Amino acid sequence: MTTYTMRDPTAETAAVLRERRPPPESLVGKTVALLSISKERSDEFMDALEPHIKAAGVKTIRFKKPTHTKPAPEALLQDIVEQADLVIEALAD
Amino acid sequence: MRFVAVVKEDCPTCVLAAPMLGAIRAAGLPLEVWTQDNPAFPEGLAPLHDADLLKSHAMGVEIVPTLAAIDDSGHEQARVFGWNAEDWQKITGLNGLGEGLPVNQPGCGALNVAPGMLERLQLASGEVKLQAREIAVEDDIDPMEVAYDRGWTDGLPITPPTDLRVARMLTGTTRRADDIVGLIPPNLVPCTVEKAAINAVMAGCRPEYFPVLLGAIETALQPEFAMHGLLCTLAFSGPLVIVNGPVSRRIGMNSGGNALGQGNRANATIGRAFQLIIRNVGGGRPQEIDRACLGQPGKYTFCFAEDESDEGWMPLSEARGVSAGKSAVTMFHADGVTGFVDQKSRTPDELCRSLAMQLWSVNHPRLARWGNAVLVLSPNHYEILRAGGWGRAELEAGLHQALKRPAKELLEGAGGHPLGITPAQADEYTDADGMIDKFHPGGLLIVRAGGPGALMSGIIGGWTGGRNNKEVRPVTRALEEV
Repeated sequence: MTTYTMRDPTAETAAVLRERRPPPESLVGKTVALLSISKERSDEFMDALEPHIKAAGVKTIRFKKPTHTKPAPEALLQDIVEQADLVIEALAD
Repeated sequence: MRFVAVVKEDCPTCVLAAPMLGAIRAAGLPLEVWTQDNPAFPEGLAPLHDADLLKSHAMGVEIVPTLAAIDDSGHEQARVFGWNAEDWQKITGLNGLGEGLPVNQPGCGALNVAPGMLERLQLASGEVKLQAREIAVEDDIDPMEVAYDRGWTDGLPITPPTDLRVARMLTGTTRRADDIVGLIPPNLVPCTVEKAAINAVMAGCRPEYFPVLLGAIETALQPEFAMHGLLCTLAFSGPLVIVNGPVSRRIGMNSGGNALGQGNRANATIGRAFQLIIRNVGGGRPQEIDRACLGQPGKYTFCFAEDESDEGWMPLSEARGVSAGKSAVTMFHADGVTGFVDQKSRTPDELCRSLAMQLWSVNHPRLARWGNAVLVLSPNHYEILRAGGWGRAELEAGLHQALKRPAKELLEGAGGHPLGITPAQADEYTDADGMIDKFHPGGLLIVRAGGPGALMSGIIGGWTGGRNNKEVRPVTRALEEV
């Protein structure tokens, strides 16, 4: 029996669990977005990573958030969705 | 014309006037009598029992007895309350009604307006409709545990947000419950006034704190505060709310002894409610998107008021552009508090240079133009300045001078230290005398708070707003609602 109720303080998204997208079987023919969040040295990390991905025959495209202090603008997210299949995000400092 | 009366037995004036209700009915006038307490009172008049008080609430009764005249189309034409022979005769047209009674006797407070009843009746009548999802709690389950299980808390117990508590919180603001306060990061979820109220209840706020909380949310959502960055940073910082103006005194905030510590309900709960909203509405949770390496205890709650008792001192809000006497909040990206202990300085100049020594250590003594800071000046240190003729302007100017160091001493590698300012920073910020400032302009905020007894002040270092000073800044805004 329930006689006591409370009001949900959250965004009320908890009940609808989103499943993770399954990882691709193979990277062949895929394009990987390399997204820098604009923090110091994240470019350096990407520069080190990119040759390894290219050496495996996978295409890369570089993206950059205007600032790491704010969420990525919608236009940037849409560019990535349009042009890439996977994203590697560099948080490095 | 027909009449409706509302009475309660626990009211001497109702008892006095009850025979007159009988006289009205005996005169052939249609009369409906509603009783708020004893269902049999007044005896012989076949009263209707307003057990849930919704009839009284719908009529807006405040005083009993109330007698209302209703026309044939159902509209109220006149109303009297308490006992007044002339008024009752006029509304009923019965001359001589109440002969032998006192001419006038004030009524009593109606039960539907007793303390705490209004919100109950607003909910029961549907005038206040909450939109948030209802979470049912089984009878043998502790609501506190439900809150923990659902991840609603910051680790401390919360006050369960029942409808009645939320409705009472909403009385603290004139804003509609479905107004959007803003988009709460990181998930940029629209936060209604109602959602803010639910979290304010959980944090333990009183309704009168609510406008300050709403103001703090709106201030933190200004783009230049970069709340998104603050909540996910690896660094220590969390949101600090500094309250200025009359509202801080009206709601009993602490700006005196232990102002930065525990024990004051308003200080404790406003800061906590803000963080619960980031957590619950925005989805900003520790070790998820909040990547703090260590964090600091102020991330539970960090809120205090400035001591404005000395008219010679310009409050922080006024120094940051808010009109004198207006309530305001300042949001700052705060690390923890560092104690500044100087019991030897006796002149403003000595104290200023001494403060500068410790302010250089904010973030790291070899970093300049890196983070911001709040200096919390205690009464005894302030007295040294005041006695020496220094106010805010003199202290700010003095610290600006004292917080310069030769840039070449701080360059990366200088003195064998790898940490320091970069050549690019040195190029950009070194002045004509080869000096560099510790803080960006506006990066050092000074407030007065604390109790007497010790020559100690507080330094609250800040997040890397300084490093990104063009886009991340402390923000001050006037509170329009208070």
